[in-house]
Amino acid sequence: MGPAIARVMMPKAAKAADVIEIKSLFRHPMETGYRVDAVGEAIPRHVVTLFTVDYDGERIFAVDLSQGVASNPYIAFYTVATRSGELLFSWTDDRGETVQLSKSLTVLP
Amino acid sequence: MNWRALCFALIATLPSAATSTEILPSGTTFLSQGLQAQAADAGANPGMLWVADGERLWNTAESAASSSCASCHGDAEVSMRGVATRYPLVIPGSNQLLNLEGRINTCRVQRQNALAYAHESDELLSLSAFVARQSLHMPLKVTVNDANAEFFAAGEAAFHQRRGQLNLSCANCHVERVGLRLRGDVITHALPNAFPIYRLEWQGLGSLHRRLRACALGVRAEMFDYGSEAYLNLELYLTVRANGVAVETPGIRK
Repeated sequence: MGPAIARVMMPKAAKAADVIEIKSLFRHPMETGYRVDAVGEAIPRHVVTLFTVDYDGERIFAVDLSQGVASNPYIAFYTVATRSGELLFSWTDDRGETVQLSKSLTVLP
Repeated sequence: MNWRALCFALIATLPSAATSTEILPSGTTFLSQGLQAQAADAGANPGMLWVADGERLWNTAESAASSSCASCHGDAEVSMRGVATRYPLVIPGSNQLLNLEGRINTCRVQRQNALAYAHESDELLSLSAFVARQSLHMPLKVTVNDANAEFFAAGEAAFHQRRGQLNLSCANCHVERVGLRLRGDVITHALPNAFPIYRLEWQGLGSLHRRLRACALGVRAEMFDYGSEAYLNLELYLTVRANGVAVETPGIRK
């Protein structure tokens, strides 16, 4: 699998107190560690363990992932638009690698 | 039932001819509502990860000595619109059938001063998905002509050729048993309109040739190489059969 790629789909703007849906996709093998390759060698575990979302510095959403999650995890959730600001999405895997993506949300009165 | 009624019944159940003008339903219509919705939603379709990477590759030159796709073709949304609906095709002046992946690799070697991508590499899947995505919702339109007739005939013969330990032809399932179940899945018309596809079983994107190899494995027949003549011919036949069916790249399949 090629480089990690993160995608987030969410509205650019919303009215205050609106509930918005945020959809995220992350390309990752989510290798369980239980499989063996063609010559019988164990394939080392390689999974995303943490997905977090910070809205204007405040943690609004977090998921602990494990080897039970399929590759390329798709995570969607809802939040309330409170103020204009940046949403910072972070995926961290068990090799300590973190991929971040930032999206801005404009909140109209 | 008298003989006349029996004849009628037989004619009514005959499979539709490959060259008929009837437009077959896409394989997507055989999926659950949930998967159909996920495939149609660019924010939820995991294949879009490869399309996004394909856009990056389109705009990036691999090295200082090579050129990017964009340096000749510009904005893919304009230049690549509808292109995928015409493949596989025979490049005029050659006697070689090329599918989209083959075309990309030919471009890389002959024009971009780069090496061909390996079959099923993420780069080739990403670029072909990105290019095919520019034809989204456009109907496939590959017709049989003087240049490709020979390849088409070979593909058609292959489609009806029984093969493997199970002694099944493609048509045995994908014409005669469409809509019936094969284990947990429903047999479709085998249309190539959504490739490369994100297959849940693969947990990733794969090409039509990978799918054909999986089918060959299923009937315990010889699996041909990626990009082999046999699969290119079959791809041409399948595409002609799918004329009029809208492109859905990247599709989702179980």
